[in-house]
Amino acid sequence: MMKWILTGMVVLSVLTAIFSGNMDEVSTQAISAGTSAVEMSLSLLGAMCLWSGLMRVADKAGLTQKLSRLLSPVTCRLFRGLHRDSPAMKAITMNITANMLGLGNAATPLGMEAMRQLEKEQGTSQYASNHMVTFLVLNTASIQLLPTTVATLRAAAGSAAPMDILPCVLISSFVSVSSGLLSAALLRHCFPSNNDRKDASKRVRKKIPAKKEAA
Amino acid sequence: MTSFVVPCIIAFILLYGLIKKVDVFDTFIEGAKEGLQTTAQILPALVAILTAIAMFRASGALDAFTAALSPVSDALYFPKECLPLALMRPVSGSGALALYRDIIAQNGPDSFAGRVASVLQGSTETTFYTIAVYYSVTKVKNTRHTLPSSLTADFVGYLMSALTVRLFFGT
Repeated sequence: MMKWILTGMVVLSVLTAIFSGNMDEVSTQAISAGTSAVEMSLSLLGAMCLWSGLMRVADKAGLTQKLSRLLSPVTCRLFRGLHRDSPAMKAITMNITANMLGLGNAATPLGMEAMRQLEKEQGTSQYASNHMVTFLVLNTASIQLLPTTVATLRAAAGSAAPMDILPCVLISSFVSVSSGLLSAALLRHCFPSNNDRKDASKRVRKKIPAKKEAA
Repeated sequence: MTSFVVPCIIAFILLYGLIKKVDVFDTFIEGAKEGLQTTAQILPALVAILTAIAMFRASGALDAFTAALSPVSDALYFPKECLPLALMRPVSGSGALALYRDIIAQNGPDSFAGRVASVLQGSTETTFYTIAVYYSVTKVKNTRHTLPSSLTADFVGYLMSALTVRLFFGT
């Protein structure tokens, strides 16, 4: 996907520059943009280290586990049918907590573990289970509590109060995740799962002997 | 009010760690090294994408592109400067980061477009990448309603970023 976007943008830029006569500017930018990528990384570097370090401390002090215990009433409701102490549920809550704290490096392996456990729960199948979809929606929407990367870049760009967007971010995230979960709940009936298929085939099989009896 | 959040969180985490008998300093250094690696890992992608974006903007193609899409953004009360970011966000994390920085550099971080871009960047995720990575550890071929539901969340997130910034800061 990215190879097409990258090539497409560069080719379009060259073509547009031919017609608009901006080739000088395009050339200057092409040469100097790499420097600004390095500058951007440098301006992010300090905050990345600070938050990774702090979150490691929080993790080691047991804050992650504490938070995931607080979350368990919510996750039990979202993943009905999964036992509270099942390995799948444990991996799911830990993954959600890591995401909330912005521990990306910890969240991904936990998420993969959760997916493996969810697959065990439903038995290997070509079709995603409803729980898998719910879990993915929680991970593709951002539930990070502190937008540290954004605040750092805003500070570097000279913002007066880099964190002033915090309430907006929290409200947007909440509404966005909720609507994702709602649409997952509504759409699950439009996309037949493996279980629906199994049920349907069982029903057909049951009907045939019943007819024979009647005859 | 929001300026209290960060200092208090830092102090709380360190104190909590100390109480739980964690070697706060050494653990911090260990974690910070990971931050260093993450930043180093995204640098090559940033060079590629920032170069493409800089060329795209300098040629005038970016202006033409956002102008062409502005009827859509106007109808949704969404700032047209943030449209490229909204399109890039689900596809590439480093690409979105590069575009985001470009938007706040061009419009200012405290402008309407700058704030909407910040909220959008902070309240959505790299949808396609996450779906691909997570399903790769299972045998699932048919992801059913995963993509439609995730994209619904993204789309609502975009609308909400413009709406909340309008409510809290005005235009």
